[in-house]
Amino acid sequence: MDVQSFSSAFRDNDIIQGVLKEIRRTVTQPWVIMEICGGQTHAIMHYGLDQLLPPEIELVHGPGCPVCVTPLELIDKALVIAARPDVIFCSYGDMLRVPGSQRDLFSVRAAGGDVRVVYSALDAVKLAQQNPDKQVVFFAIGFETTAPPNAMSVLQAQSLGLKNYSVLVSQVCVPPAMHAILGSPANRVQGFLLAGHVCTVMGYQEYPPLAEQYSVPMAVTGFEPLDLVQGILQVVRMLEKGEVEVQNAYQRAVTAGGNKAAQAIIFKTFQQVDRNWRGIGTIPQSGWGLRPELVEFDAEKRFSVEDIHTAESPLCIAGEILQGLKKPHQCPAFGLQCTPTSPLGAPMVSAEGACSAYYRYARVESN
Amino acid sequence: MCLGIPGKIVELYEQGGLKMAKIDFGGVLREACMEAAPDALVGEYAIIHAGFALNILSEEDALETLRLLEELGQLVDELGPEASMRVASNRED
Repeated sequence: MDVQSFSSAFRDNDIIQGVLKEIRRTVTQPWVIMEICGGQTHAIMHYGLDQLLPPEIELVHGPGCPVCVTPLELIDKALVIAARPDVIFCSYGDMLRVPGSQRDLFSVRAAGGDVRVVYSALDAVKLAQQNPDKQVVFFAIGFETTAPPNAMSVLQAQSLGLKNYSVLVSQVCVPPAMHAILGSPANRVQGFLLAGHVCTVMGYQEYPPLAEQYSVPMAVTGFEPLDLVQGILQVVRMLEKGEVEVQNAYQRAVTAGGNKAAQAIIFKTFQQVDRNWRGIGTIPQSGWGLRPELVEFDAEKRFSVEDIHTAESPLCIAGEILQGLKKPHQCPAFGLQCTPTSPLGAPMVSAEGACSAYYRYARVESN
Repeated sequence: MCLGIPGKIVELYEQGGLKMAKIDFGGVLREACMEAAPDALVGEYAIIHAGFALNILSEEDALETLRLLEELGQLVDELGPEASMRVASNRED
């Protein structure tokens, strides 16, 4: 097996068609399945899998879009910090067009702010080494997947003795968000595709209690089209048989206990905290913040930004979309006042946002 | 953001006190931090996310998954629904 086969073999049309036939044969009644991860939402639309599934299966899209759930208040703080003349503000690229209350990071850059897109958090640490007269701030957002590199950057800055590196942290975790979705009286989700790379890092031992509490089967699922149909097949089989288990449909990348070395890096850097999720609200113990001994790397403490008055677009229904309660095309602003070049909410911007997927792949009717 | 990409480890080295690697993504070479996959070997495959190896991929598991799913499709085609039910119950683990 060569490196491309790890992707291309899992895009094999014949094998995918075989699994789809088995899904069609297995399903006898309507089921609502949520894919947590926005990367999976985009892959499903990109390959048209939603249109190949039998009509009984409805996929709803979860909150697994890091820039979508980063709270508006923190984005507004980022915009203030990024505009400072002594700051080089670094971020993953997705974040630049996400609307704050008044503007976005692109407009800060256009107005002269030094805002840079980095491939890795460690690139931001290098920038801090190269620019000792500047404060380098990294926007450390994301789920469990992004936590190890973000954490590593802080540990590396500490070991290098850097005084000009800090992180603006909005790390969130998947299981508490699933609790919030499943515990809601409006919940429709009957089965879950678990986010493959979150489980690569954390394993999937956190999920069986959730599955049992809410009687919802789950399958750890990867990102290639064959991975996705395999995950769907496993969930559909459990639903049809009335079984509630957490199965692993992404065995080449995920073990039950996850990656212990990655977890050690995370917990050396972060501790559990309450987190506010944009569009959803505060979920207790739903994310990570810097440990007290690393507080000197906390950009929120280093740059005290007060007087933030947030203002969400009154038209945007991102919160309902992130919880799977509504589909993007049900929003009256979809494709009209809200487009990827002029977004009202973060899900229209991100490569993981459901609104962006519906816009890009023209899903404008109920399916 | 959670999209990790599989790549082949072509060189391992240390830089600034960190374990690093040169990774081949089907012809494109990039650097990745290997601190979360400290036992990785040259020639193995890793999932790289934001310049960071999240884990080593199991080639054996990849081939096994492909084999099982290919067989499943063939059985649905050739032998009809009842046979595929038998495969379905055999392959659950």
